[in-house]
Amino acid sequence: MTIFTPQPGVTGPVPATTHSTSAPHGEGWLSMLRATVTLFVIMTFLAGIVYPLLVTQIARLVFPWQAHGSLINHAGQHVLSGRQAAGSILIGQYFSHPWYFWPRPSATSPMPYNAAASGGSNTGPTNPALIANIKARVAALHAVDPGNKQPIPVDLVTSSGSGLDPDESIAAAYYQIPRIARLRHIPPAKLKALVNRCIIKRSLDVFGQRAVNVLELNLALDRAYPR
Amino acid sequence: MTPNAWLQIALLIGTVLLLVKPVGAYMAYVYENQPVPGVGRILGPVERGIYRVCGISPQHQQDWKRYTVALLLFNLLGFMAVYLLQRWQGWLPFNPAHMPAVAPSSLAFNTAASFVTNTDWQNYAGESTMSYCTQMTALAVQNFLSASTGLTVLVALVRGLTRKTTAELGSFWVDLTRSMIYILLPLSLVLAVVLVSQGVPQTLDKYITVHLVQPFHQAGASATAPSTLITTQTIAVGPVASQEAIKELGTNGGGFFNANSAHPLENPNGLTNFLEEVAILLLPLAFCYTFGRMVNDTRQGWAVLAAMVILLLALMIPCVMAEQAGNPLLARYCNQQPTPLQPGGNMVGKEARFGPVNSAIFAAVTTGTSTGAVNSMFDSFTPLGGLCPMWLIQLSEVAPGGVGSGLYGMLMFVLITVFIAGLMIGRTPEYLGKKIEAFEMKMASVAILVPPSLVLLGTAVACVTAAGLAGITNPGPHGFSEMLYAMTSQANNNGSAFAGLNGDTTFYNVLGALLMLAARFWTIIPTMAIAGSLARKKIIPAGSGTLTTNSPLFVFILIAIIVVVIALTFFPALALGPIAEQMQMMARHR
Repeated sequence: MTIFTPQPGVTGPVPATTHSTSAPHGEGWLSMLRATVTLFVIMTFLAGIVYPLLVTQIARLVFPWQAHGSLINHAGQHVLSGRQAAGSILIGQYFSHPWYFWPRPSATSPMPYNAAASGGSNTGPTNPALIANIKARVAALHAVDPGNKQPIPVDLVTSSGSGLDPDESIAAAYYQIPRIARLRHIPPAKLKALVNRCIIKRSLDVFGQRAVNVLELNLALDRAYPR
Repeated sequence: MTPNAWLQIALLIGTVLLLVKPVGAYMAYVYENQPVPGVGRILGPVERGIYRVCGISPQHQQDWKRYTVALLLFNLLGFMAVYLLQRWQGWLPFNPAHMPAVAPSSLAFNTAASFVTNTDWQNYAGESTMSYCTQMTALAVQNFLSASTGLTVLVALVRGLTRKTTAELGSFWVDLTRSMIYILLPLSLVLAVVLVSQGVPQTLDKYITVHLVQPFHQAGASATAPSTLITTQTIAVGPVASQEAIKELGTNGGGFFNANSAHPLENPNGLTNFLEEVAILLLPLAFCYTFGRMVNDTRQGWAVLAAMVILLLALMIPCVMAEQAGNPLLARYCNQQPTPLQPGGNMVGKEARFGPVNSAIFAAVTTGTSTGAVNSMFDSFTPLGGLCPMWLIQLSEVAPGGVGSGLYGMLMFVLITVFIAGLMIGRTPEYLGKKIEAFEMKMASVAILVPPSLVLLGTAVACVTAAGLAGITNPGPHGFSEMLYAMTSQANNNGSAFAGLNGDTTFYNVLGALLMLAARFWTIIPTMAIAGSLARKKIIPAGSGTLTTNSPLFVFILIAIIVVVIALTFFPALALGPIAEQMQMMARHR
């Protein structure tokens, strides 16, 4: 089978006499218009219909769980339907009860962890509102755990970029162990072991940061120590 | 800087540099109109079929004017299509969330201008505004076509340098078709499938609703309004992976979701984050090698690449340092020290899986190229951390810039440098055997002066009008930074934002759209004029008096010219924004 044959004059040096740009096709405005419009329609069809549908089809066959939002149920198993799911492993949920591990603050509107309207707070570094928010979050953490005098990890009092951060730092999870141990009557060492089991390593051990998936951690907590 | 920060930077730059030669050599086959090894056997018939249907002769050659007219016409069609698809999306299929028409019309106008110009500035939130149909057939299509358009302009310019005494620059239609089917579509397909494997959704089903593990009461909007019990979470999904892939590869940056690559469904883990950074840098840098191959001196390509990478690193490293150091105003309330258990640093608007290091690297990559995707919110960066991405854009997007547009922008600076260096040593300026004369200098000056003029004029207008000031959401110098960043981003076709600025107003929609269109096409037209003028010239063999343009010395002069001519133009404006804010922060901390 022959593939596209290079034509003399298409590349490289062109004879000095070749000044004409005329060709059987492409001469005149009408054929220019026709070529441009047809090409636009074909490219829209290829890139806007064929390509995304092809990716969708491959995804459905090879990675159906990932393609449909990475949902898990209360037992931590993969599921495909939202009705059976406790949530998506990639999307954080809001936990406010003191006997759960709290996630990072979320700035989504109208409620935190609104996965249909992602976004950050966009407060600037010197904005008094930022300082006020952080003071209030520190106060809330101290209110539910007055005895805890450890320094608070920064990510536990700052809202994430997406407002849907599924993770928090290991330090942020460790910080909350005394509170949950007290409220649920669980030895702190056992809680620490539970947190350690939920640590997400760096991809290929090198890319990104180690963190703890808060939804997974709270589901594991409920399974291991039902209230 | 932590050892981890150096490692992350080294891995990224090292990986991209390893890919430059193979990908660059592959693209040389594509643009020298040779049979493409490997995929050519499968895609060759597709290519020929397209020409047959469109009535295009692949041998057909266009001069610079016809090439440019075809390009402008093609982009005008794209503009109209994006506008109309947004306005009609309520009646079109693939709309399970029943999104109504995009309104007001100024928003649709801004978005159409934004995606056609490879900017992808977004005054809307994707998951609550756009139907799947609009995302796929309007926005993602322009992600492909605007990147291809950039490549066609670059190829025409390179042909202008390599051909002699001819008016022929190739065929816009052939160059666009080959960019699409040999480069952008296959690469996107591979990247999209890899992204799905890591958790990026790809579905046409409707948004998913799950029952919360712990329902909660949400206080009402006002003190007297009753609180509501929230029991479910609606998770926006869609054909995300297919759009995510070309968003990065085409240096577009328009997110499927409002939070862009900070959203866990666009960028689920460290690996996807790394792949997205590689995808962003790949084509702009690899084309330097393609350029070297096409001019028969790969060292010319490496010299330009060196200048790009040095400029990128010069602002990436301080950005990482500033974000890792954190915000001194928060030090009293929480622990920002990096430890094995936490990344620390400034975590406002950042994701735990990336931390300050991978967020700052991404910020530099996305603004050094004209991408504008973000994996953290720049509005919440420290003042100096936010200055770095802003300054990278203000370099006119040449470090390394967008697909196609970065290198043709850089070649404009090369011409200016050759001219200035030529004057200094008293020789006729030449580049690759082509004499650089008054016409080329006029056109190159237009091309490099348009974006900075637009940025500063646009910011000035925003500063003195009530409509401009109304968009600010942060007090003090930071509010000025928000406006300056918005104009910088749009007038350089980047698209990232200090996203606190409320840009969905008639004022910002219309002003921004005009800036984006002017920045894109007022640089393309002079570039094409230079391509046409250079192609007509003879090629003079290099002599003893010829200025070498592939030496470290030339790279140094090139960087110096960019810094003096462009970067310092912005110093007064930067002093009023990020630098003033840094002073304010230090004063308040004490």
